[in-house]
Amino acid sequence: MRQSRHQEGLNLEIRCHRISGGKATGPALVTKEPISFLGTVDPETGEVVDPGHQLYGSNLGGKVLIFPGGKGSTVGSYVIYQLKKRGVAPAAMINIKSEPIVAVGAIISGIPLVDGVAASFLDLGDGVTVTVDADGEMVRVEGAD
Amino acid sequence: MHLSRDEERAYQGEEGESLRRAMEILVALGDIYGADRLIPVRSVQVAGVSFKTIGEAGLEWISDLQGRVVVPAVLNPAGMDLTRWQKMGIDERFADKQIEVIEAYRRLGVSPDCTCTPYQIRPDLARRGDHLAWSESSAVSFANSVIGAKTNREGGPSALAAALVGKTPRYGYHLEENRVPTINIAVDSDLKPSDYGILGYIVGKEVGDGVPRFIFRKRPDLDELKALGAAMAASGSVALYYFDEDAPSAPEGSEEILVSDRDLQEVRQESAPDDEVDVIAIGCPHSSERELVEVAHLLEGKKVERELWICTARAIAERRTDLVAKIERSGARVFCDTCMVVSPASDRYRKMMVNSGKALAYVPTLCKMKAAYGSVEECVRAATRRG
Repeated sequence: MRQSRHQEGLNLEIRCHRISGGKATGPALVTKEPISFLGTVDPETGEVVDPGHQLYGSNLGGKVLIFPGGKGSTVGSYVIYQLKKRGVAPAAMINIKSEPIVAVGAIISGIPLVDGVAASFLDLGDGVTVTVDADGEMVRVEGAD
Repeated sequence: MHLSRDEERAYQGEEGESLRRAMEILVALGDIYGADRLIPVRSVQVAGVSFKTIGEAGLEWISDLQGRVVVPAVLNPAGMDLTRWQKMGIDERFADKQIEVIEAYRRLGVSPDCTCTPYQIRPDLARRGDHLAWSESSAVSFANSVIGAKTNREGGPSALAAALVGKTPRYGYHLEENRVPTINIAVDSDLKPSDYGILGYIVGKEVGDGVPRFIFRKRPDLDELKALGAAMAASGSVALYYFDEDAPSAPEGSEEILVSDRDLQEVRQESAPDDEVDVIAIGCPHSSERELVEVAHLLEGKKVERELWICTARAIAERRTDLVAKIERSGARVFCDTCMVVSPASDRYRKMMVNSGKALAYVPTLCKMKAAYGSVEECVRAATRRG
């Protein structure tokens, strides 16, 4: 993964596993820390408000959010739904391994979510354009930084 | 996961958007946990009811859903008594939102019975061998361990999805191979009724999500099993345990834990009540009719000096209005549809005394207040003591 970022124009297509259907493109926002949506993300603005989280200060709106998986309260599923209704939800999400809180949140919100990608995805740089085609079970990473 | 032709049609959206989303939830969970197919459920019990826990986000989701449940479905406790909320000190804004939540569920065909003990009011919801999709951890434990039904612990949306589809993915506790005891617990004590909550509190911490097999000196009664399972599901995440003499033991080489009087005594001392206790709550899980009889008897001729709440299911309180009247003559209150853990009414107190191992585990984190433990008699004594 790390190498491909530096190869201008090279597009990478990676197989993945569909959790929640749909297709979307956006700039990557990447963290190696699991996310508990309840308490970590402001459901009105999409901003990460937990000072203890690696993504503190970032906004999830329109991003392709790449993180290992969810954790914490099951209310997190509803928080994802609220983000979607406020128009500040991630465009798509990629997990190494999805767990039920984020999976259910993505489904009830109609946000494409896939998992089953290699852990090296978490080394991807922020801002790289990523397309998640959950229906086709394919993730595409655009070449340049 | 294999889907039948009808299930596939619903999954592809040919039965409408709500059913498509419901199927998508069931299929995603089935994939995550390695289920091979969906199986029909007898009933569903839905968590995500108290507005205090689900908030605006949860209310919006439930309100946006369309459709109708196809199997009997009931609710977990709400954040207030649905009719006497003013007596709990609940403000009007919260009450309006809470009633909106209940109405949204009712529109989907969910029965507004808000209780953590559906088995105490509706025996038809779960019989031995039935597959269920229940949410409330203590009810899941009771259904699996005492009734002999089979259920995983569902989240709010997955339970509601199961109710709309009438099915749940086949994994976890639906499979016999996951229902085998993993650890033996020998209890070296003549347990009093109030010891079971403490015992569960201790064992839950030890075994996490294991399947304990107890060896008791005498068979516990239903209220004792209710308290034991509830505590283990709160201090750990035990969803199934065995207590019958003829139940299988954990396989050769499994761990064995010995619980003695001293262990029970230690927790009792740590959580003994003191002068700081300003509210006493009985009924976690919801009191049975027998427990109401006991409380009414203990309160006879007495007046409470501190807040004393007894929480139960509405169906039980309506069946025994005589007991409710007797209890309330003392100044204590019987509240339905709710409990101290999920209601914002507990926010204004400092330290809550409970007779529940489950509440002892949850009150400090979910209500951010201190907790003390005692038997029903000790709780009533603390509530009626002068000075």
